[in-house]
Amino acid sequence: MTQDIGQIWVYLSASPLLGLTITLLAYQGAFWIYQRTGHNPLANPVLIAVAALVIFLSLTGTSYETYFAGAQFVHFLLGPATVALAIPLYTQFKRVRSMLLPVLAGLLAGSLTAIVSAVLVARLLGASSATQLSLAPKSVTTPIAMGIAERIGGIPSLTAVLVIVTGILGAVGARFVFDAMKVRDPAVRGFAIGIASHGIGTARAFQVNEQSGAFAALAMGMNGALTALLVPWLVAIL
Amino acid sequence: MLGALTQLLIFQLVGEVVARGLALPVPGPVLGMLFLFVALLLRGGPPAPLQSTSQNLLQHLSLLFVPAGTGIMVHLHRVADEWLPLALSLLISTAATLIVTALVMKLCMRAPTGDAS
Repeated sequence: MTQDIGQIWVYLSASPLLGLTITLLAYQGAFWIYQRTGHNPLANPVLIAVAALVIFLSLTGTSYETYFAGAQFVHFLLGPATVALAIPLYTQFKRVRSMLLPVLAGLLAGSLTAIVSAVLVARLLGASSATQLSLAPKSVTTPIAMGIAERIGGIPSLTAVLVIVTGILGAVGARFVFDAMKVRDPAVRGFAIGIASHGIGTARAFQVNEQSGAFAALAMGMNGALTALLVPWLVAIL
Repeated sequence: MLGALTQLLIFQLVGEVVARGLALPVPGPVLGMLFLFVALLLRGGPPAPLQSTSQNLLQHLSLLFVPAGTGIMVHLHRVADEWLPLALSLLISTAATLIVTALVMKLCMRAPTGDAS
């Protein structure tokens, strides 16, 4: 009996089926909790699903590579989903166009704040130079952030972790920040969350409101491009 | 749905080719989003299948970050030595970015018209 289970496990752990299935299960469980709490940002589904998967993989001694062989099918859909963000953006285009000045000013101010504050706080607290450089691009989507970190002498894999934590922090905390500031406009809330926490923030914004989501998607795309231009120049003068 | 998914992949592919071909700092899918957006402007809106497929895909956008997010387990040890400066930096910087972006936008929206809505 135990040997049978052992053999089944050997088969499962070598096939992509398991990684894919546990990803979907963990996410659906996390989403169920998220819904049960009335979409409370503290019950962020990415956070819960990732925590559950990390615990499961550690307990079963499964490597991330093995897991990812299955989970990559989900990961792959990030590409077409990013392209699909053009549609809400188009739907909200009228509002975007009427807000051109606030959008551009918010982009510039937010992008600078994200880079400079992360580097300066870390420096003040005595972080190493490589760590400071890895922090600089933390507010933009993973592929851009890792590319920037590599170019300026940061550690790309550290940046990848920082990007994800930043995304989850923004998705979890943004509502409390905006409520305290009495910011109610869904366009402003969405745009700010997209600047601060890229795709994970954008996903949260879409769950709240379509207009928020569209502005978050816009912010994420623009901030990715601007940060790639600003960071090399900023770290040279900081 | 199949046609719509193919369209999304084609835009991603074109974005990827242009981004790599011109060595742009923007990832292919983001360029693909830009191209699709321009196409929608020219066409005057998305066809119904593309609209519904995209809606389905975006409804569970957070699912798509789970595999990459789980990668945190491989790199967690890098965070261990400097966890305090890292945690405070991320926390303060994320809050500051949210606050500054929203404040600047609010100020700019009030300025030109004098309308304090």
